[in-house]
Amino acid sequence: MSALTSTLDPRADDFKRNRDAMAAQVEDLRRVVQQVKLGGGEEARAKHLARGKLLPRERVRALLDVGSPFLELSQLAAWGMYGGDIAAAGIITGIGRIAGRECMVVCNDATVKGGTYFPMTVKKHVRAQEIARQNNLPCIYLVDSGGANLPNQDEVFPDRDHFGRIFYNQATMSAAGIPQVAVVMGSCTAGGAYVPAMSDESIIVKNQGTIFLGGPPLVKAATGEVVTAEELGGADVHARVSGVTDHLANDDAHALAIARRIVANFNRTKHPGLEFTEPRPPTYDPQEIYGVVPADTRKPYDIREIIARVADASAFDEFKLLYGATLVTGFARIWGYPVGIIGNNGILFSESALKGAHFVELCCQRGVPLIFLQNITGFMVGKKYEAGGIARDGAKMVTAVSCANVPKFTVIVGGSFGAGNYGMCGRAFGPRMLWMWPNARISVMGGEQAAAVLAQVRRDNLEAKGGAWSAADEEKFKAPIRAQYETQGHPYYASARLWDDGVIDPAETRMVLGLALSAALNAPIEPTRFGVFRM
Amino acid sequence: MFSKILIANRGEIACRVARTARRMGIRTVAVYSDADAGARHVQACDEAVRIGPAPARESYLVLERIVEAARATGAEAIHPGYGFLSENAGFAEACAAAKLVFIGPPPSAIRAMGSKSAAKSIMGKAGVPLVPGYHGDNQDSTFLAAEAGRVGFPVLIKASAGGGGKGMRIVRAADGFAEALASAQREARSSFGDDRVLIERYLTRPRHIEIQVFADTHGNCVYLFERDCSLQRRHQKVIEEAPAPGMEPERRRAMGEAAVKAARAVAYVGAGTVEMIADEDGTFYFMEMNTRLQVEHPVTEMITGQDLVEWQLRVATGAPLPLGQADLTISGHAFEARIYAEDPARDFLPATGRLHHLRLPADGPHVRVDSGVGPGDVIGIHYDPMIAKLIVWDRDRASALGRLAGALEGTEVVGVATNVAFLAAVARHPAFATAEIDTGFIERHRSDLVPEAQPTDDTALALAALAVMIRRAEEAEAGARRSLDPHSPWHRSDGWRLNDDNQHAICFLDGAMEQRILVHYRPFGYVVDLPSGRRMTVSGTRSAAGEIAADLDGRRLTARIIRLDEAERGESLTVLWNGRAHRLGLHDPMRQAATADARAAGRLTAPMPGKVVQVLVKPGETVARGRALMVLEAMKMEHTITAPADGTVKSVRYASGDLVEEGTELLVIEGVDAS
Repeated sequence: MSALTSTLDPRADDFKRNRDAMAAQVEDLRRVVQQVKLGGGEEARAKHLARGKLLPRERVRALLDVGSPFLELSQLAAWGMYGGDIAAAGIITGIGRIAGRECMVVCNDATVKGGTYFPMTVKKHVRAQEIARQNNLPCIYLVDSGGANLPNQDEVFPDRDHFGRIFYNQATMSAAGIPQVAVVMGSCTAGGAYVPAMSDESIIVKNQGTIFLGGPPLVKAATGEVVTAEELGGADVHARVSGVTDHLANDDAHALAIARRIVANFNRTKHPGLEFTEPRPPTYDPQEIYGVVPADTRKPYDIREIIARVADASAFDEFKLLYGATLVTGFARIWGYPVGIIGNNGILFSESALKGAHFVELCCQRGVPLIFLQNITGFMVGKKYEAGGIARDGAKMVTAVSCANVPKFTVIVGGSFGAGNYGMCGRAFGPRMLWMWPNARISVMGGEQAAAVLAQVRRDNLEAKGGAWSAADEEKFKAPIRAQYETQGHPYYASARLWDDGVIDPAETRMVLGLALSAALNAPIEPTRFGVFRM
Repeated sequence: MFSKILIANRGEIACRVARTARRMGIRTVAVYSDADAGARHVQACDEAVRIGPAPARESYLVLERIVEAARATGAEAIHPGYGFLSENAGFAEACAAAKLVFIGPPPSAIRAMGSKSAAKSIMGKAGVPLVPGYHGDNQDSTFLAAEAGRVGFPVLIKASAGGGGKGMRIVRAADGFAEALASAQREARSSFGDDRVLIERYLTRPRHIEIQVFADTHGNCVYLFERDCSLQRRHQKVIEEAPAPGMEPERRRAMGEAAVKAARAVAYVGAGTVEMIADEDGTFYFMEMNTRLQVEHPVTEMITGQDLVEWQLRVATGAPLPLGQADLTISGHAFEARIYAEDPARDFLPATGRLHHLRLPADGPHVRVDSGVGPGDVIGIHYDPMIAKLIVWDRDRASALGRLAGALEGTEVVGVATNVAFLAAVARHPAFATAEIDTGFIERHRSDLVPEAQPTDDTALALAALAVMIRRAEEAEAGARRSLDPHSPWHRSDGWRLNDDNQHAICFLDGAMEQRILVHYRPFGYVVDLPSGRRMTVSGTRSAAGEIAADLDGRRLTARIIRLDEAERGESLTVLWNGRAHRLGLHDPMRQAATADARAAGRLTAPMPGKVVQVLVKPGETVARGRALMVLEAMKMEHTITAPADGTVKSVRYASGDLVEEGTELLVIEGVDAS
């Protein structure tokens, strides 16, 4: 393979400025994650511990193989929503290793509003299940939840991807041979009762876990019967009488040990259908990515500088180097796995779109996973380009990306604007996972462009009525639009709403992609059949 | 000289006798019980004969089988070692009847010295000084109480047929006499089948000094000086040394000559030991004579440069003693420490188990190790739980003592509890260095020597945590090699987390105490938060030889950490570092739950290996908390199993006479209070 050569000077002032700016953003990200990790706050945690329960993150830790990685998903879910205190949407999800195999872990955080499901909680749970299904990952649910958050019932209960979807997913994944295991470590009320009941195998913790369709207050209201939670749906009832659970655990640690034993008995093997090589770290230090990305988000940069800091040995075999140069395509290896990388080096033209479509076809033909490094303001506009059929060529690329059945992964390393988002495998195009860097921005167009477009429309309206519009008034009109785009385009805002699977430290991109690629190899790579390409 | 001898013993002494025999060109025959089929002494001899099942009374004590084995293999003589049949006159006679040479004294001498009271009267007549006491046949308790009064308290009650501290009681005043007498008689009966006792003045700061004597069939008799065996625990010797500290030449000669006189009084032949008790004022009294080679004979060999087994073999062929009294001199100073499988923290209860790891100091000009076991061998319930004798020599006492401590600190035993750390503490004790020793030394300094269950120190905990992490990394690597996706980053064991640091809590069970260590993953290794509040930066690697080279806050050291996974006790780590062994149980939720369930179900287990001597309850019986349920005996010490709570006996799993291993479920009590 041919090695990339960086043209950057780490001693240059620009580089240092960039580096400091990115370091500040990463530091802020870590600070936010630290806050999220505290769950429902000091008091709720103390109460949780006083009950003899392990904190949710400790549960996850005890479930996983010691020292193994945990690829947490949507850490910033619900960040800034619902009054701002629903840390990680009250649920921890992620891919981790149990007994040597990758599993999807879904763990309620009862310190956050009793682990009740807010709209983003449901979305996060369902997204974790979607990832599990796509990548053929067994699911382990650590249940400790009061069920649907009643004040938000209209946004958690009725729709297709609402609460019911969780159980639908359990049933259909089980049917697809993807094991479903539940550990009842606290409440499992109402709909939540179906999580263990719908699982292949379930565990309940003595004096902690309860499962019932209707809790004691509801029972009393409905029938007048007075029962304790333990009598109604305690561990003894379910392990000895009802048969809703299969294993009785003395405490959290015991329950998690049983769960590990269950996973060890799955009898599943992973057959990665890729030809891999010994991984080699990039020649260029991934930490230097901080200095590569311009502090000024409007400034372009060469995506190869990123590839050189992500790919094995900084090696990259480019495809169509001389054609459609604003799209960079080529083959590389990440952690020894062969990948096709598609990155942006500017606005998309017809040629770049055609090149992209061709490269996607190549990767699908060969079963090579695709990685999109997205930094795109959109497709070229203007009379010449419309006439040249840029929409037609853009559609080819979008068709190719949509239909590609190889595992696709997207990292938004800069802007994600307009139709560029589509062509570069945005959320709607089904990447197995999608991550954002802290410097990234996502919106239908840039804030400045949006403000300019809206101002132009307004000016046209005013001037048509014979009115005039001062520059100061125009600026007053544009400022809130820019502010709105800046807020809504920010990765925290995006991640809070699960438009991505998480915001990552750019220096960790190679690790995140390696874990994601390896996890994806749990599912066989299916052949692709493309739709009609508009010629 | 003989061309072939049979060694009627096992363990270290059989190996030791075989070593000399081999050097002298004599072929050897071992005998073994079923429990010893793979034992070292069997390998140490040229051939071996099975003599019966594991219990000694069905194998090593069956003299007919041993004589038959000697005849069948064409051995000309039998070396009895120590213990077992070594002081059995009937065995010596049986050998003679079978035209086999018994390598030991004549039966008459064994008999004469076999009964302590008879021996004392012979000694008294021969003019050997005796401790005031009563050694007669009248065993009436009122009479004995009166005799005790005459001798003067404190008095010592001893089994007439006894030895090794069994059936012994110290009585400090008249009102405790009756009870102590009954108990001594009971123990004497169970140990020796003979409940006769004798009474003696008890010396408050006595020293136990014994004289090695040797006599041949030509009327020669010499003494090979003394050994000081004052360092005792419950009348069991712990560390012996020669010569005795502070021994003046005059007194040495007086004692030596008295011992020779004692030997001559019974027409002694071969190796014998005359045990004396010496008072602070320099007076000494005859205690007893052991008509065999002693466990501690190596210290005499080290200071005299003689091989006592070779002397025994020569004398047994009728040759005269190799040296006369004038030729014998003392050179330097020697110590012997007896390494036992026993638990000092549990009042030295005998321990059993597999020697998963055993590293003894290497033999050299200053160090000698006599051992009958090796790595992987089992210390069982049937025989003496001795692992090895560590013998050191140097020019003077202080240097030899330094070597002893060093050798003990270099001794590594994992799998059974041992007294190694206790012995090292004795060797390092300032009062031992200044030779302020008497038989009360260990009791007096007990708190220094057997510290109250001390928590494991920070360094050992950090090493244990490091070992856990290294092992985890090794497992991850092995898992990666087996995997079809071998390069996957999922195989990593550095605790990677997204946008976050990671840590892992390790919970060790240190005795009864939980020690929780938080290990933070770092690119260079780990940062550990220890229970003491100390934070340490640690990293390290494990060598192919299993040693961990660690860096703790910049301090480099090497330690060995042995991991065991035993059915009864679960997974544990033993940190061998700085001459100490720290056993740390690893927290296992599954096992803990099983134990909790068993406890809730009222299952009682054996705290030590041993024999059930009494079952005090029947199934269905209602018992109150604290009620004695069963009595176990291990190494002649009794241990009572009591009810942990009120309840009903649901089942009794063993009957009197059954042998049980540590952790065996003995009985089940169904609690009245289910919680």
